[in-house]
Amino acid sequence: MKNEWPLWEVFIRGQHGMSHRHVGSLHAPDAEMAIKNARDVYTRRNEGVSIWVVEANHIAASSPSDKGPLYEPSESKVYRHPTFFDIPEEVGAM
Amino acid sequence: MNAPLAKEEAFLQFLLRMGDNTLILGHRVSEWCGHAPVLEEDIALANTALDMIGQTQMWLGLAAEVHGPGKSADDLAFLRDAWDFRNVLLVEVPNGDFGRTLMRQFLFDAWHSIQLGRLMKSSDERVAAIAEKASKEVAYHLERSADTVVGLGDGTEESHRRMQEALDYLWPYAGEMFQSDDVDAEMVKAGIAPDPASLREEYDVLVSRILNEATLTIPESRFAHKGGRTGAMHTEHLGHLLTQMQWLQRAYPGAKW
Repeated sequence: MKNEWPLWEVFIRGQHGMSHRHVGSLHAPDAEMAIKNARDVYTRRNEGVSIWVVEANHIAASSPSDKGPLYEPSESKVYRHPTFFDIPEEVGAM
Repeated sequence: MNAPLAKEEAFLQFLLRMGDNTLILGHRVSEWCGHAPVLEEDIALANTALDMIGQTQMWLGLAAEVHGPGKSADDLAFLRDAWDFRNVLLVEVPNGDFGRTLMRQFLFDAWHSIQLGRLMKSSDERVAAIAEKASKEVAYHLERSADTVVGLGDGTEESHRRMQEALDYLWPYAGEMFQSDDVDAEMVKAGIAPDPASLREEYDVLVSRILNEATLTIPESRFAHKGGRTGAMHTEHLGHLLTQMQWLQRAYPGAKW
């Protein structure tokens, strides 16, 4: 069956957000309609000021079965966190 | 000969025409809720319907104000009978299939966007303000319906056939949007609204461009069904629509939630 529209992943920049965030997915025949559908499905409650869509099959993803080699080594590297500096009071909240 | 229309009465008729168009089409489009071919279109149609109901609140709200005390926008929407409605026949015809619904939407949106553009320069500030707010919504409606008409018209053999059938069926209903009468003459004189006939040229250019892109053929006949915007004669479909739309207020007068 070739009747199904491709799947698109939707990213929205919120009113006050700094970056686009993944909000979900939808089906659409092409990129233009995917943006329109995203507007109608994901911004109807004033959630966004900018929309990105990307066809889901263009996203390369890491494999869940690789999570040991990929992520566990960083668990024991506390020195990578910048928690060993004294922050001067004048700087305020960071 | 008809006696000359009082300006207030003409203004009321004009507001009813604007508000009834969006009310009836908004209701028609809302009938798709839960039935559209795909989820995305279902939500998009519901959004469009809600936009139009919102515009109705503004137009009929102003109509109720002009009408005088004791009438609300809700009264006008839910307690009038078919012969009191002033919408064009185009918006009351049944949805048909998805293609016909979107073709009707496109034929209406194209007129609506041009009309609102003119109304933004209305001598009446309230009219100009409503037009300004509605025009942003309608610009999107038009973009969406035009895209879909092109997508389906220039789509598969079946979608092309259905869109051409939809156009053949609906085209005779497009002409009514451009018919001028005494009410319009009074509105033109007061600088409130344009002469409907004056929108036709821009409409034809816009509609031809999109339908051409959609590989669809505009019927040659200029015959136009009429009687909706004057209230002289609606189609038999309006009464059926009203029984659905008004039943709650009819069965439970004054009910609120």
